[in-house]
Amino acid sequence: MAVATYGVVNETARPEAFEPLDIATDRCKGCELCVLICPKLCLALDETIVNALGYHPIRLTDADACTSCALCARICPDAVFAVYARPKGA
Amino acid sequence: MTTTPGLRAPDTRRRIYRRPEILADRSTHYCPGCGHGIIHRIVAELLDELALGPRTIGVASVGCSVFIYDYLDVDFVESPHGRAPAVATGVRRARPDAFVFTYQGDGDLAAIGTAEIVHAAARGERISVIFVNNGIYGMTGGQMAPTTLIGQRTTSSPTGRDALTAGYPLPITEMLALLPGVSYAARGSIADPGAIGKTKAMLRRAFETQLTGGGLSIVEILSTCPVGWGMTPTASMEHLANDVVGTYPLGVMVDRMASAGRAPKPDPAAED
Amino acid sequence: MTLATDAAPPPVRPVLMKGNEAIAEAAIQAGCDAYFGYPITPQAELLEWMARRMPELGRVFIQAESELGAINMGLGAAATGARVLVSSSSPGISLMAEAMSYMAASELPLVLVNVMRGGPGLGSIGPSQSDYFQATKGHGHGDYRVPVLAPSSIAEAVDLVATAFEIAERYRTPTMLLADGVMGQAMEPVVPTYRLPDRRAHGWELTGAAGRPPRVVRSLHLQPEELEDHNRHLQAKYRTIEEQEVRWAGERLDDAEIAIVAYGTAARVARTAIERARDHGLAAGLFRPITLWPFPTHALASIAERTRAILVVELSAGQLVEDVRLAVGDRVPVFFHGRTGGVVPTPGEVVDALRRAWATSESRPRETR
Repeated sequence: MAVATYGVVNETARPEAFEPLDIATDRCKGCELCVLICPKLCLALDETIVNALGYHPIRLTDADACTSCALCARICPDAVFAVYARPKGA
Repeated sequence: MTTTPGLRAPDTRRRIYRRPEILADRSTHYCPGCGHGIIHRIVAELLDELALGPRTIGVASVGCSVFIYDYLDVDFVESPHGRAPAVATGVRRARPDAFVFTYQGDGDLAAIGTAEIVHAAARGERISVIFVNNGIYGMTGGQMAPTTLIGQRTTSSPTGRDALTAGYPLPITEMLALLPGVSYAARGSIADPGAIGKTKAMLRRAFETQLTGGGLSIVEILSTCPVGWGMTPTASMEHLANDVVGTYPLGVMVDRMASAGRAPKPDPAAED
Repeated sequence: MTLATDAAPPPVRPVLMKGNEAIAEAAIQAGCDAYFGYPITPQAELLEWMARRMPELGRVFIQAESELGAINMGLGAAATGARVLVSSSSPGISLMAEAMSYMAASELPLVLVNVMRGGPGLGSIGPSQSDYFQATKGHGHGDYRVPVLAPSSIAEAVDLVATAFEIAERYRTPTMLLADGVMGQAMEPVVPTYRLPDRRAHGWELTGAAGRPPRVVRSLHLQPEELEDHNRHLQAKYRTIEEQEVRWAGERLDDAEIAIVAYGTAARVARTAIERARDHGLAAGLFRPITLWPFPTHALASIAERTRAILVVELSAGQLVEDVRLAVGDRVPVFFHGRTGGVVPTPGEVVDALRRAWATSESRPRETR
């Protein structure tokens, strides 16, 4: 059975910082439906990189603002998101 | 494939959402923002949640979604254009224990395939029909479909669909809902996560109808074709929410099993 | 004289059966799991027999909304590994052309019976052989072939139904049984002993991906190189069928100086004509193809070399005759006699045609070999 793999976006983050999203940047097509739907406006295309499909993939711009509402995951046509609940105090 | 060992401790995060297992681990050929991606995903979620994968035989049709068999890890047969309900009939009758669905676009179901869907519905075939209506023929370059809106510009109605020469949009699901053989008929959309959630609930009800011995179940899903419509993905969703639903009202048209007081069995494993 | 004992089974008595019904029962006895059809003259009785018998046996029967529906239901059932029969007559077969191409490409076994009627168009309900091109060169688009079996009696049709299932499954190909309105409607004695071909699972059937990777039955291969590979694979299969599955029958060919080539009902008319011709001193024989594809090219060519002329008799404007000419080349002259519209040639007409062919060919000098 295939197992999904995820790119780790915030590779420069401190190891102990909570990451609410895993994003498969190699699957993202830059459609920006998640940008439209995110209530915290913390998603944006990363225009500094182009993935293998030829698109600017999505990037979580503010991990602390994300509430793990998962609306991005529910609208994404390419199922690039895995969403995690923020632990208390994180 | 890009996790860097040593950067983080073992993952203790509590996961709320991940892509469904049965959705193949690969990128799709669909355009950015295409509704098919969303619909494939919610179908895959349901197949996982209802543990239907091992018994599913899907019938792929002709359109952009012909490659659905590359994206859902279940048995599939590719049908000639429009014939999916007839092919599904053959599958269903030969394999009474399988879970059978078709996945068809507006050309496949409402143009070339009208005879096949009407008669599968008339016979009450125990199949679930997933009807993706984006009002255009995407794969062949954006031509007019039977479901194209009046005034909508397409490559074969370049000045906008004119009812005088090209007729009116076809409310085929309402037509099918008249037939006693149709146990469940509903229309949803994918315009926003709330609509997507309601559509997934309709699909769940359709699948349950099949699993509990009902007749034909059909869910029409209003979807987008950003490239065909000449809009961005986000503008397409707005057009869907504001304009398309005016011609195609959302909701459940008929749920005969519910009306007959037959509650669905929640656990499909009870069928075994 | 031997007395029958308890140990010896009583001889099976022949039963008078209508051709359409005999073919249907033969399919049932050959293990047909599913039948899909649509009423059309002159094969409606086949559908009606199935309508009664298949539900009795708990098997699948559907009268579809059209021939288009029927053949596509057949495609679906065949994809799950079911043994499937579909039947129709000429105009209905035209509607099935698309699905035949799809099934050949997807490598699905299925048996399709065509009880030929007069054409083209809505035509007539009389018998014909004017779907030879359709069966052997058509029906649909693309590079593919379909084995075609042509019985000339109801008893032979009964046997060939089982053969058709065997060929379809052995090679994963739709296979046709080509009959005509005479055979479909006539009643003849049939010994009701049938063959039930073995069954085996091959590993492509759609059964639900429990405990195995998913399987896909498809015909779309968008990459040209991939599609060419697939076509090479299909062509290799067809070459094997050409080597292994040719069937034909000869009657009175050992001393024949003029050979009639005919199949199906035309062969039966020819048989009578040959008797009459021999009574008048004309040494005629019959070469009867049983597989129209693969065509018995080599056998026909070597028979042709021993004769002075060949006469092709068909219930058509001339379709089999083209393959005969291709096989025979310039070894001997090839003559043709045919009737269309649902008209059956009479033995008298065929005898006249034999005489004309004989007279014309006798006056042509044979090349010495």
